[in-house]
Amino acid sequence: MEKWQDNRAWLLILPVFVIVAFSAVVPLITVVNYSVQDIFGPGQRLFVGTEWFREVLGDPRLHAALWRQFGFSALVLVLEIPLGVLIALAMPKKGWGVSLSLVLLALPLLIPWNVIGTIWIIFTRPDIGLMGAALNAMGLAFDHTARPLDAWITLMLMEVWHWTPLVALLAYAGLRAIPEPYYQAAKIDGASAWAVFRYIQLPKMRGVLTIAVLLRFMDSFLIYAEPFVLTGGGPGDSTTFLSIYLVKIAVGQFDLGPAAAFSLIYFLIVLLFSWLFYQALQNVGTGANR
Amino acid sequence: MKRHLRTIALSGYFVLLLLPIYWMLNMSLRANADILSSFALYPSDPTIANYLKIFTEESWYSGYLNSIIYVTLNTVISLVTALPAAYAFSRFQFIGDKHVFFWLLTNRMAPAAVFLLPFFQLYSTFGLIDTHIAVALAHCLFNVPLAVWILEGFMSGIPREIDETAFIDGYSFPRFFAAVFIPLIRAGIGVTAFFCFMFSWVELLLARTLTITNAKPIVATMTRTVSATGLDWGLLAAAGILTIVPGALVIWFVRNHLAKGFALGRV
Repeated sequence: MEKWQDNRAWLLILPVFVIVAFSAVVPLITVVNYSVQDIFGPGQRLFVGTEWFREVLGDPRLHAALWRQFGFSALVLVLEIPLGVLIALAMPKKGWGVSLSLVLLALPLLIPWNVIGTIWIIFTRPDIGLMGAALNAMGLAFDHTARPLDAWITLMLMEVWHWTPLVALLAYAGLRAIPEPYYQAAKIDGASAWAVFRYIQLPKMRGVLTIAVLLRFMDSFLIYAEPFVLTGGGPGDSTTFLSIYLVKIAVGQFDLGPAAAFSLIYFLIVLLFSWLFYQALQNVGTGANR
Repeated sequence: MKRHLRTIALSGYFVLLLLPIYWMLNMSLRANADILSSFALYPSDPTIANYLKIFTEESWYSGYLNSIIYVTLNTVISLVTALPAAYAFSRFQFIGDKHVFFWLLTNRMAPAAVFLLPFFQLYSTFGLIDTHIAVALAHCLFNVPLAVWILEGFMSGIPREIDETAFIDGYSFPRFFAAVFIPLIRAGIGVTAFFCFMFSWVELLLARTLTITNAKPIVATMTRTVSATGLDWGLLAAAGILTIVPGALVIWFVRNHLAKGFALGRV
């Protein structure tokens, strides 16, 4: 059925428009302002054009952070999506187990992000942590504050622990939407479990998995608090992701110009992926991609 | 046989899921000297001193109060503004509808770090720094678009004939919205409130930057304790456990709608 055509609907979205304009548009204009000026103090500013952009784009530490960021997000997807689907497949379909599983799954998602970091510091420290102490007892030297590889392993474990439940919840919602007759037909045809997964469950989960992939990509791309608390971006620069580097420049060194230019570039990358996300989302639920 | 295998694997996963949380709980029930001197799988001499300290020292418990105040403010603002907007997007075609929807979406995806400095300047200009409303408004950046999305998903599941019938029966729009429509999407509103609560509760960067003392959230109190004093692990763990409690309490009420909410109302 067609939607009603009526431009008075604008009145209904006006409150949202005003509040998001206040919390997004005005700040964004400020960022654009900073990015083309050198600010010495109140009222003392110099237009510098694209200087900050050139400086930021030529910054090798930024390049390193960007590649590190892409690597991190790719690893997140490769690990979390299959694992989440497996968990969803293993979940009970009815009974008290359903509620219990859902509540347990959602639990990590509700923990403040810096507390996630705190949990994993406490869990992995060699002296007081269960994991750190267990690994050391087995003769493996493990210390995420000193060795980049250990820092990455800890970070990935934390990330998978924290966000795989989201993928599992989405996949489970997709699985539950499959009508029972599909399974009955497969049973009559004598289809194997793999065939059921490959030809019924996977295609039916396509919509929710698209959302899962894109949400996980976006949020891992913006990650800040967890690595900030766990590793502080170290050892060295080994876990300095884009947001951490940006905050270092903006708040740590108070380099407003370069920070603003960096912000805009960062925002544009994110915007590109938002657009892809939007295109994918448009097709979800309309049956267009089923 | 196969069923059993699945159940065992799933149970194993849940044990791994709970292990780090259990470990923090374990730490929170031990005195710091005890934690540093001996390694123990469970608290042999459990103490609630850490929790008592948090509940009696103002610098600690005010953090929780501040967090709850701005999270509640944010949830209310997000819901009140998002409800009519979501209705507009779900029912009407109008000039620029798709563009505005996309524009909203980009804000959910905007890196909070990008908005850090301008937020600070903007709110300084209005004298809002270190107030609850500042954090609540800043969190609208990602919560309002999210609320519009989820609500739009739920609203689109309600057939438009219901609206039409109500208007024919002589309902005015506000009366229809309040008396007929809102009760119909009760579940959606509950889920949306839950998600606004959740994303405002877990955010650290903006909340920390926009507050100094009067509205300092618990998450900031925790990080500052980490860097300032010689670490008290027991106290830190207790504070962490207490941040999980509110979420764990509300989760139960929306458990059946969680998955749909995470899928932005689109399953």
